[in-house]
Amino acid sequence: MSASLARPDASSVSRPGGVVHPGWLRTAHWLNALAVAIMACSGWGIYNAAPFFDFVFPRGITLGGWLGGALQWHFAGMWLLGINGLLYLALNLATGRFWRKFFPLSLRGAAADMGAALRGKLSHADLRRYNQVQRLAYLFVMADIAVLVLSGLVLWKSVQFGVLRELLGGYEAARRVHFYAMALLMAFVAVHVAMAALVPRSLFAMIRGK
Amino acid sequence: MSQRKRLALPGLDGPAILKEARSLLARRAPQPSRRAFLGRGLTLGGLAMLSGCSLSDDESVEKALAAVSRFNDRVQGWMFDPGKLAPTYPESMITRPFPFNAYYAIDEVRHVEEESFRLEVAGLVADKRPWRLETLRAMAQVEQITRHICVEGWSAIGRWGGVPFSAFLKRVGADLTARYVGFKCSDDYYTSIDMPTALHPQTILALTYDGKPLPSEYGFPMKLRMPTKLGYKNPKHIRAIFVTNTYPGGYWEDQGYNWFGGS
Repeated sequence: MSASLARPDASSVSRPGGVVHPGWLRTAHWLNALAVAIMACSGWGIYNAAPFFDFVFPRGITLGGWLGGALQWHFAGMWLLGINGLLYLALNLATGRFWRKFFPLSLRGAAADMGAALRGKLSHADLRRYNQVQRLAYLFVMADIAVLVLSGLVLWKSVQFGVLRELLGGYEAARRVHFYAMALLMAFVAVHVAMAALVPRSLFAMIRGK
Repeated sequence: MSQRKRLALPGLDGPAILKEARSLLARRAPQPSRRAFLGRGLTLGGLAMLSGCSLSDDESVEKALAAVSRFNDRVQGWMFDPGKLAPTYPESMITRPFPFNAYYAIDEVRHVEEESFRLEVAGLVADKRPWRLETLRAMAQVEQITRHICVEGWSAIGRWGGVPFSAFLKRVGADLTARYVGFKCSDDYYTSIDMPTALHPQTILALTYDGKPLPSEYGFPMKLRMPTKLGYKNPKHIRAIFVTNTYPGGYWEDQGYNWFGGS
C-alpha cells in the first residue's frame, strides 16, 4: 500500500478485480482528452496571431490553418469541453464518486506519496484507489479547466461577463490568465501521459474499465 | 477590420508585412508544412494525433465548423443584453499611437474627399436621401473612451466621438424590427451587424478620433464604433448604410470569421 493517509473505503476493497472506472467516466475522460487537444492546438493558433511573449507555437502543432480556422475550431471545441465537463462533474457528484475518490486529501499525505513515488515505492496495486498525489493532481486539473473556461468566457464575451472580467483584472489580464492556465494544463498532461506510460495497466483500465 | 498587425502608424514593418502575406497565402493554399506534419511523425504523441491537423483540409469538416459558427451567432444573439455597457476608461489610458488596422497596409489607405462625399442610405428606411457630413455633424454628438478588441486577441483603448447610431436609424425612419444593418465602405470593405447591437447605446457613427475629425487611417469620413464588437465588425470609410432582412455577410465573415463577432 502507499503512504497515503487515506483508508481504503468499502466499495474499493469489496470487489477485487472488478471495474476500476465506470463506462460514463471513461467516455467523459476520452471526450475531455479530445476537447483539450482541440482547444490547445487551436488556441496556440489564435495565440500566434498576436503573441504576447517572445515566441510563437510551431505552425505544425496548431489547428485550423489560419486564424479564422483556429477560431472556428476553438469555438466549436468549447461546447465539447464545457458540456462534457459539466456532465462529468454532475455525474461525479450525483454518484458520490467525487467524495469517495478524491477525499480525504491532505497536503502532508500528498507530500509523503510524492516522496514514495520519487523513490519508486508508490504502489499501484489497486487502481481503484487514487493515492494522495493523484487526488491532488486530478482536483487541480478540474480547477484549472474551470479557470480556463471562466477566463475563456471573459475573452469571448467581455461585456456580457462584466463581473467575471473585473474579477480577473480586466480583458488583458484575462488573456494572461487563460494562457497560464493552458500552460499548467499542458504540464499536467505531460506528467499524466508519462505516468500512464509508466503504469500501462492504468491506461488499459481507462480504456476497458478494468 | 482588425486582421492586421497591432503595429503603430509610423513606417512599414518588414516582418509584419511578411506575416500578413503568409496569413493571406495560408487561407488560399494548403500549407506544405501542414501536409508534411503527419508524415513527419508526431512529437506530441497521442494528443497531437487527436488534434486532427489534416482534418482541417476536409470540406465536410469545414462545413460542420461553419454550421457551429452560425449556431454560435444565434447563441450570442440570445446572450446579448442591450443594457450591458462596455467599460469606459480615463483619457490617460488611451493607447498612443492607436494602432492602424485594415485588410491592407497603411500606405494603401483611402482618402475620401469631403466635398463630394454623400452617405447613401438604402433598404428598409423611410428616408433615402443621401447625407452630407455637415448634416451628421449638426446632430447631437456623444463621445466614448473604450477598448477596441481585435479578433487576434490584442486590444487598444481609443476615444471616438459622433452620432449615436440609434438616433441616426430613427432619423432615417429605419425599420427597427429588421434583422440586419449592412455597411459598404470606400475601401471595398463590407460588413453587417444585428439590429440589437445597432441600437446599443454605445454604438456610434464615429466622426472624430481623439477630439479631431477622423483621420483617413482611422476611417474618414466615418466609422461605426461598437465597443461590444470585435474590430473587424467596426467598418471604416463607410459610404452606404442599408437595413435589410437578408443576411449581408461581410469581408472577413465570408472567409470564416464569426458573423456576430461580439463581446
